[in-house]
Amino acid sequence: MGKVPKKRSIADKVRKAKTSTEIKNNPFEVKINRKKFDILGRKSKHDVGLPGVSRSKAINKRKETLLKEYKQKNKSNKLIDRRIGEYDAKMAPEDKILQRYAMERQRVHDKKDLYNLNEDEELTHYGQSLAEMEKFNDLMNSDDESEEKGLLSAELTASHFGGGGGLLKKKTSGDQQEEEGSHRAKSRQELIEELIQKSKQEKRERQVQKEEAQELTEQLDKEWKSIQALMVKKTPKAESDDKPEEKPKLEEYDMMVRELGFEMKAQPSEKMKTPEELARELKEKLQKLEADRLRRMMGDEVGDSTQSQVHMSADDLNDGFILDKEDKKTLSYQDGKWNIGEADEGEEEDEGEDEEEGESGEDEESEAEDGDEEEEGEEEEEEEEEEEEEDGHSDLESEQESEDEESKQEDEGASAEPTKTLSIEELKAQQEAAKAELPYTFAAPESYGDLKGLLHGHTPDNQRLIVARTQKCNHPSLAAGNKLKLQKMFGFLLEYIGEVATRSPPELTTIDKLIPEVYTMCQMFPEAGCKALQTILGDAGHSMEEVLEVKGHVAFPSLDMLIYLKVTALLFPTSDFRHPVTTPALLYISQALTKCPVRSLQDVTSGLVLCCLAVEYVSFSKRFLPELVNFLAGTLHLAVQDKTSLGYTVVPPFRPSGKCSDLLVLSNSESCKNWSKKSLPLSSTQHLDLQNDLDRDHHRLSCLSTCLDLVKRCCLLYKDLVSFACIFHPIRTLLSKHLPAQTLPELLQVGAKEDRNTARSFSYFFRFSPSRCLLDYGKKRGSTREEREKERLQHKYKKEFKGALREIRKDSRFLAREKLNEVMNRDAERKRKVRELFGSLATQEGEWKALKRRKRK
Amino acid sequence: MAPTKKRNVSSAKTNQQSVKKAKIDINSKVDSVLESKKHANDVFDILEVLESEKEKDVIGAVSACSKLFCTLLERKELFRGKLPGEEEALSGEFSAEDKYRIFMRHRYNSCVEMLLEHLSHELYGVKDSALCCLMKFAAGEGQHPLEDLDWSEHYSFPRELILAVVERLLSKTTDNSLLISRFQEFLEMEDVRYYVMSSVRENVGKVMDKNKGAVVPLYQGNVFTLMSNISLPSKESELTNFMVKQEAKHEDWKAAKLIEHKRVFERMWLGFLKYKLPSNMYKKVLVILHDSILPHMSKPTLMIDFLTAAYEVGGAISLLALNGLFVLIHQHNLDYPDFYKKLYNLLEPSVFHVKYRARFFHLANIFLSSSHLPVYLVAAFAKRLARLALTAPSTALLIVLPFIYNLIRRHPACRILIHKPSTEDEPLEDPYLMDEEDPVECRALESSLWEIKTLQKHHHPDVAKAAMMINKPLPEQEDDISEVLEITTYEMMERDLKQSQMKSIPLEFETATQLLKGGGDVLGQHFCLD
Repeated sequence: MGKVPKKRSIADKVRKAKTSTEIKNNPFEVKINRKKFDILGRKSKHDVGLPGVSRSKAINKRKETLLKEYKQKNKSNKLIDRRIGEYDAKMAPEDKILQRYAMERQRVHDKKDLYNLNEDEELTHYGQSLAEMEKFNDLMNSDDESEEKGLLSAELTASHFGGGGGLLKKKTSGDQQEEEGSHRAKSRQELIEELIQKSKQEKRERQVQKEEAQELTEQLDKEWKSIQALMVKKTPKAESDDKPEEKPKLEEYDMMVRELGFEMKAQPSEKMKTPEELARELKEKLQKLEADRLRRMMGDEVGDSTQSQVHMSADDLNDGFILDKEDKKTLSYQDGKWNIGEADEGEEEDEGEDEEEGESGEDEESEAEDGDEEEEGEEEEEEEEEEEEEDGHSDLESEQESEDEESKQEDEGASAEPTKTLSIEELKAQQEAAKAELPYTFAAPESYGDLKGLLHGHTPDNQRLIVARTQKCNHPSLAAGNKLKLQKMFGFLLEYIGEVATRSPPELTTIDKLIPEVYTMCQMFPEAGCKALQTILGDAGHSMEEVLEVKGHVAFPSLDMLIYLKVTALLFPTSDFRHPVTTPALLYISQALTKCPVRSLQDVTSGLVLCCLAVEYVSFSKRFLPELVNFLAGTLHLAVQDKTSLGYTVVPPFRPSGKCSDLLVLSNSESCKNWSKKSLPLSSTQHLDLQNDLDRDHHRLSCLSTCLDLVKRCCLLYKDLVSFACIFHPIRTLLSKHLPAQTLPELLQVGAKEDRNTARSFSYFFRFSPSRCLLDYGKKRGSTREEREKERLQHKYKKEFKGALREIRKDSRFLAREKLNEVMNRDAERKRKVRELFGSLATQEGEWKALKRRKRK
Repeated sequence: MAPTKKRNVSSAKTNQQSVKKAKIDINSKVDSVLESKKHANDVFDILEVLESEKEKDVIGAVSACSKLFCTLLERKELFRGKLPGEEEALSGEFSAEDKYRIFMRHRYNSCVEMLLEHLSHELYGVKDSALCCLMKFAAGEGQHPLEDLDWSEHYSFPRELILAVVERLLSKTTDNSLLISRFQEFLEMEDVRYYVMSSVRENVGKVMDKNKGAVVPLYQGNVFTLMSNISLPSKESELTNFMVKQEAKHEDWKAAKLIEHKRVFERMWLGFLKYKLPSNMYKKVLVILHDSILPHMSKPTLMIDFLTAAYEVGGAISLLALNGLFVLIHQHNLDYPDFYKKLYNLLEPSVFHVKYRARFFHLANIFLSSSHLPVYLVAAFAKRLARLALTAPSTALLIVLPFIYNLIRRHPACRILIHKPSTEDEPLEDPYLMDEEDPVECRALESSLWEIKTLQKHHHPDVAKAAMMINKPLPEQEDDISEVLEITTYEMMERDLKQSQMKSIPLEFETATQLLKGGGDVLGQHFCLD
């Protein structure tokens, strides 16, 4: 192993000795890369290679770099060559010398300053020592020297040196070759002189500048002082420049600056916004949100802006709440106050409530509490709990409670006088009022049962108030655990909504009233809201899937699910390309529309509610929902009397004919005469109480009109789609052929006709053009410049990467070899030494023996 | 169990005691009968209990009978050969021993008859025990044949008994699926299965002829349950589990040869499928046809008639017939004219909604994977699928879009559907004819897949993304359809529900004030709260 590099080094030596032509002609050195094909017009660079040469080159290079590094590996001290321009190939040798000399001079000069009298070299000019002159100049410089003097001296030097001016010019032009050519004869001496002169001149110029600046500063200062009294509100920035110059008066100046700074602060930073400005701001904010929404609709990646946007919308909500006459305003104000001082908090809150309720039950009590500020928070909480307990018990006890309150009030004494004088009737009336009145603080419910108990038996408006107050009392900024409590409460609230919707009859007004609260809470806790609705949707989807697996079809979702879907649309943006809540919700709707067979009028109604929801979901984004169109076509199909020759295909869950396929056919064509369009109640999705045929027919007509309106909306939504005509083909045939005018009542007819017209007009509007679908296909070659550039760079990168890898491998191989060499050398050395020792010992022994032998002799 | 108890609520305790007593009684009687021929007449008592009303008694009696007669069969105390009439036996010149045997044989026969009656009993417990007992008898008879083996070719097997059992199992009035699945354990024995198969064939022929080929749903249901429970082993060497082992020439026994099994199996199925089937039965047969019937037939090609007929029916049945046809075409060189035309016509809007959607697309994928298909055909399929995609639910779209892409990948000539080099004569209407049944005539190649452009606006992000794929050159790699074939809506929902917990959730910024407001007020316009 050890011999291989040695051999190679010998070979290298031999190679070095040979000339390049010799090597090239040597067939053993040349490697010819055989080409498989001759390609016209391609120049091949690598048809002949000299592996030996290139290898030895590589090894030499490594020896110079890698090996050196390796040898220096664990050594901390090293030799640094600081000679100027030693390794700078660009520098001309003359330059190098110059600079080095300058350095040398400088050093000597420095030394000279330090009382060094003994100089090796003294330069003279007209018999005068140059050093002297320099000294003089320096002195001059250090003192205040006028411009003229400087100029004069410059001129002087120029005249003194005669041709020096020309030399200078040439030098500055940097034309070194010429310089070398013409002035080679000129001695070093001259060059050096020039150099010195140049440096002096520069020095002088600097001095002059400095002087000027100082003068100007002084002048400015004077002026400033004169107008200082007048210009109190001048910006401090202007002064800050002058600051360093004015050394003696620093403190005074500082004081002044500070003064100015304070005066600045006293000024109003922002003026009050005018209503127009506010409106504009709001508009801008909304525009931004809208832009965000559009971006999400397109399915772009959501950036950081969303985060801020979420916060923004939370703020926005607060604003909205002011408009909505919510007591959110008090709350936010309260927040602001809370951080500074707690003093006014209770009062604020009470006032807010006063305004809303217009009565003051516990006002006195809380006002009394205002006195002791420190304990207020605790007390309030205690009170909350107390009241919560009382409320939790039931309303039956509230009479007792109110009596207690009465007695409390009496104890207070402040407003007790009038109460005492009240007659029994009045007392009773007050008790009634107290009973009806709601407590002001609530503890957050710990379980769903708690919430139910809290809301049970109240009117919808009061329920909303209760929720609002609970939320306010437990605002996350008030205590650490409140956030969690409210998040839980949101889940309970949703559950409550579901339960209320499943009651018979469903108490939808309650839900309606609770919506703003739900919205507020969702804005506060998007994650919790998202999770709660996701759970609901997931469960619903799962149960639907399970039933489907077993039976192949499922019943329409019940009313609570419909409400949940609507609430989802209210809380989250439906237009997003992908949204963790609305996307599954829409999927659920579409699934329900495809898998739920229509068996009764209730089912038709449910289906139409789902269709309405689906239209709402896609109304902004205009996304295509095939299930929706299918369902609408199927619903219209239900109204077709004669089902023998259909010009269209009905998509499941509808069937072309059979049981339940003419649910919407009127039993009596006369019944449409006294029909008028009314909104259908949502509860009709659950149970329908229709006694006679007339009622049933009216319901059918309502359904049909709803359906036609939805068709119209869909037409408008999808009119821009390429395949509009194709999508609405079944509905068009249905309306034009199978739902003749006479079977539909007048009012509906209008709608139907309109639909037909819109459909037709849009069908002409649409033009099929394959060019829309024109697509570039196959591998891209002659694409844009950027792409080509990118491709080229990628290719290059790949090549470089491979090359680097190879180099690294070679490096490590080289290093390994070196290490081995080292070891071998060390061993050989040791062996040699050992042998030497043995040899010397042997000779000693031999001598000793010889001596002995001789002695014996 | 339960009804019996209810019936005897009043005297539950005493009744239980009496049952216990009766059991002891019966068992002791069996013992006494077996002990000595003197007590032979006790058999009558046992048989009497067999006809009792109470389930427990009957079951007890059944087990007693099985014990009694199995022992007698073992002891060869039942008369063998042609059985003389009872009267004749008494008067004839038989030895006392023979007389006893004849007597017992008669009792045995009547017992078998009663048990067969019990097979159509309304209580499952009774049916179950009767069936087990009968099969025990069959095993006993197999071991100790009651018939004289007068010629060597005849192998001893209680064929009549099996035939009778099968006949009872295949009831025309009740659904016997539970009992039949109980019977399955006996079908694991090779010889039983063999003879059951031949009995089924006989029985079906007889019954259906009697009904003049009309549909008898219950009966056919029973037959199907029984037949679908029969599965043949794949190798001859696996035929080891016999109920009756023949002493002589076991190897030559028909029931010991797989080829014979296959033949009987085939005849049985063909005999069954010959007659008109109710449509749900049709589907059931077709569902299992390709993997549990065709491989076990000796000549699968005999199924061609059935399959082609089913393929002609249309709708879901055609979809299912595809599978069987595929096996025949693929493995048995069936040449089916107009196969692709029919496949093309199977593509209807309902194809995305049926239960067998996954199976259909799996097969269609295989059929269309051939590289020898003409371009017009592939283009017609792609175009039709694209057109149908306009009415398809999201889950189906996730299958259809990669399917179309795969078609285009396999047949690069189809790229003309998504890229037309020249566009001078831009047609105003889509040249494709949706109603044309023949893929040759439908002018799909003149059209383009503009439907996919519409689907890019689909409401579900996954579908929209899949549709967007067409905007860029398709990658060379084919999409794996098998992943999405079985996808359900819930799985799609879960994708969104599970992920994106870490990202912030965008919220609606329009403040919600009322339930019915918002989103264009569509709901509010048509519905009110009360």
